[in-house]
Amino acid sequence: MSKENRRKERIDRGIKVRSDGLYALMSWREMAYLIAPRFILIAGLLALPLLMPGLYWQRVISIVCIYAMVAISFDFLAHYVGLVCLGGAFFIGVGGYIAGIFNAYFGMPPLVTIPLAAIAGGAFCTLLLLPCLPLRGVYFAIVTLMYPLFMARIIEAFDLFGGTDGILGIDSFPSAFTEQYFVVGILLVFVFGLRRLVTTDMGLIFTAVMDNDQAVRASGINITYYKALAVFIASAMGCLAGACLTHIYMWSGISQFALDFSILPIAATVIGGAGTLVGPVIGCLILVPVSELLRDFGTLRIVFYATLLVAFILFRSDGIMAFAKRKYEQIERWTLI
Amino acid sequence: MEILVYGTINSVSLALMGLGFAMVYGISRVPNFAHGALYIICGFVTWTLLQKLGLPYVLAIVLSLGINGILGILMYRLVLIRVRGMNISEIISSYAIGLAILEGLRYGGFRGMTYTLPVFMEGMVVIGGVPVDYHRIVMVVIGILLVAGLWLFTHFTKLGLALQGMAQDERAALMLGIDSDFMAMLAMGFGAVLAGVAAITILPLGNIVVESGYHVLIMSIAVCIVGGLGSWMGAFFAAFIIGYAQILSVVFLGSHFQMVVAILAIILTLILKPSGLFGQQKELEDRV
Repeated sequence: MSKENRRKERIDRGIKVRSDGLYALMSWREMAYLIAPRFILIAGLLALPLLMPGLYWQRVISIVCIYAMVAISFDFLAHYVGLVCLGGAFFIGVGGYIAGIFNAYFGMPPLVTIPLAAIAGGAFCTLLLLPCLPLRGVYFAIVTLMYPLFMARIIEAFDLFGGTDGILGIDSFPSAFTEQYFVVGILLVFVFGLRRLVTTDMGLIFTAVMDNDQAVRASGINITYYKALAVFIASAMGCLAGACLTHIYMWSGISQFALDFSILPIAATVIGGAGTLVGPVIGCLILVPVSELLRDFGTLRIVFYATLLVAFILFRSDGIMAFAKRKYEQIERWTLI
Repeated sequence: MEILVYGTINSVSLALMGLGFAMVYGISRVPNFAHGALYIICGFVTWTLLQKLGLPYVLAIVLSLGINGILGILMYRLVLIRVRGMNISEIISSYAIGLAILEGLRYGGFRGMTYTLPVFMEGMVVIGGVPVDYHRIVMVVIGILLVAGLWLFTHFTKLGLALQGMAQDERAALMLGIDSDFMAMLAMGFGAVLAGVAAITILPLGNIVVESGYHVLIMSIAVCIVGGLGSWMGAFFAAFIIGYAQILSVVFLGSHFQMVVAILAIILTLILKPSGLFGQQKELEDRV
């Protein structure tokens, strides 16, 4: 049997078809089939801090969650609203600085500054990005890539908020335990919240804006309002991540606007699976620890993840999550043509 | 007078940086975010050929330009051709390649202050009371010759006309028998060579440092956005606008503002008139 007269066919598993509709409620097996992947994600993330040996790796878990928040906000904006925002570092930096300012200059505790940074930072980022919202495609991507660099240069040039030294002496979380479960909890809320959001009517409008904004406009819907709303949601998430980062490192400075925070989340999204909202989390869970392991090799780790990124874009552009989903839901077999 | 002279020199060096980026984007519509990396790698290849292998300067330059061109072609052939037309993937993959090259060079030990290329001509001359060394004058001459040469090339040779046809309308070019993938590959090669020319003319003025790869990338994007993506002449004029603006801001505000001006120019242009000063894109395509 040569390869020419065979083909691979993919068929949905019976249990997947049965659990698609209301029938899922009829038996424990179908319900377990539906719940299992979600349960693995939640339980896995919650168990991770306990499984990690030593403080160093527990800290890595917090950093993973922070990158994951930025990554899902990128994924949401790029694949559900159609705005490719390459400026994850902008959100991180703005959130980090706001949290730093409120904590160091006004003495507010982290549990106040973090929500404050999310709301105020989200509003600030949305306000600054508002003029760029009519842009599309590569133009929006370039302008958002420039924003973090611009902010960093402005802070450097005007010597704002401690200039190149940054803001020092910021409070940390009360304990390592609170720190980890706070970020893990927030991350889970974001993942499932966004997955719910994109299926609501508002999510439908977001997707429509991505597919054909003129048609949305013709239906009497204000697209700028919805784009601004989406940017606010995404940037608030990014700013919250930035605020957590500031409190974890007890420092906020220009390096929070560094390109690392823009590129790594994107790499994670590509590797984990674009447009799935869970993929970015998986991508971060792989990429961040790997880059920590390679820390001894210095800048070679950047070479490594850049190469990995290119390889994934070329050969596995749908990412790990899409692959796993296919395996979970479908059977594959060879058939004769 | 100082502002005038150094503004011109700065503008020409910006134009040299930006031309390659503008050419690649104009023809193949691929934003080549590895431009800065190609610039730096050409500098290091020239240095290696010159210092390690002891080749004559001219031969080293020609060889490294050739290597750079081949590198650009390979980059297109192996990676970018597969993602062409997908904006996000183009940006991410070309940026990732650039990042890999730059950080790889840094890991390979190319850091510090020890890497310099010799200037073309020693000595200096006084123009209107401002001392200018010969190399900067040579640079301005090369820049102007390059722009003139590019103009002649794209208007009067068959290959140049084919490239221009592709830049204007890829499908129509395909119908007329122009192999668009081959042309895009050539454009990438030319873009890499132009980045190399920029490197060889600008780098002797300072040290070869990996960080300047990012700087060059931002500058070339600034020049191309202000001039209108895909318009070479636009890039050339925009280089003068940004170049003078930078020198003025350095003189009156401080050296920190050099970068602020460039990034501000990008952001403002994109917000106010995304097609740039000389862009040929339709307004409607860029914004809603």
